[in-house]
Amino acid sequence: MAALQDKYKELLDAANGAGIGDLQVNETEGVLHIKGTAPSADVKNKLWDIYGKIDPNFLTGDVVMNVNVATAVAGAKVTVVTDESNLNIRKGPGTDQPIVGKAAKGEVITLVGKANDQWWLVRTNDGEEGYSYAQYLTPVE
Amino acid sequence: MLLKKVLPAILLASALAFALPSCKSKPSDADVQAKVASAIAATPGVSAEVKEGVVTLTGIVGSPEEKASVETAVNNLKTEGVKSVVDNIEVEAPPAPTASTAVDALSAGVTDATKDFPGVTATVSNGVITVTGEIEQSKIKTLKSALDALNPKKVDLSQVKIK
Repeated sequence: MAALQDKYKELLDAANGAGIGDLQVNETEGVLHIKGTAPSADVKNKLWDIYGKIDPNFLTGDVVMNVNVATAVAGAKVTVVTDESNLNIRKGPGTDQPIVGKAAKGEVITLVGKANDQWWLVRTNDGEEGYSYAQYLTPVE
Repeated sequence: MLLKKVLPAILLASALAFALPSCKSKPSDADVQAKVASAIAATPGVSAEVKEGVVTLTGIVGSPEEKASVETAVNNLKTEGVKSVVDNIEVEAPPAPTASTAVDALSAGVTDATKDFPGVTATVSNGVITVTGEIEQSKIKTLKSALDALNPKKVDLSQVKIK
């Protein structure tokens, strides 16, 4: 049990120190599962940086880290953080759903609600409403 | 006898009853249809049919709020010739993943998560996501965190070539 927790001690210490809410750490079939809610997007990013330092490019696959951000709640403003392209806004939660709008990279839009962890209902300042992939949205802090 | 006297009166009365409404300049169904069309334009997926001022709304929307707002928008057209509204709009059932569809949900989640990474292919087996292909180093964190967020048993990136 201890081997994986030793290997990722810096990551686990950082998670404990950063005030991750509902932090759950357990080892199942040789994979360390880390779950919790970060107080900010910045804290979440720092944890991913530490994880990437311990296991470069995440090639070992002995960790599954699922950390949400506490400030990503309905009514919050979120920034579009795509690489370069526009973010698709879809009729329903899924890439098989028709695109009903777009949000530009860097645009700040409103988080209306969450269909699940992956698909968030958003509204642009033009009033376009639909579902976008949560990975490309980060709460404004 | 009496009937003979009364009959013309009845005929006159009914003639008036039919004739009077047409005296008002009543908007045609086509006029109403045009007004309704612009009222529902904001909600894709909804269509309207107008028959003698009665508007029947059909289609599928994502939420009960959308259904209600379309209905209200059309109801507000009462002064424009809308007599009544029949709301047959259906609300799309929200996604409700159950235990039996958990495997499909993971596969669907992987499809969504890898859509923006054209160089990689991901497969799901027994809750383990195995990724193959090529990816830029700058994108590997985004991919890994998207896959980890699906709560898999493991994400195997060992066969991925980092560019």
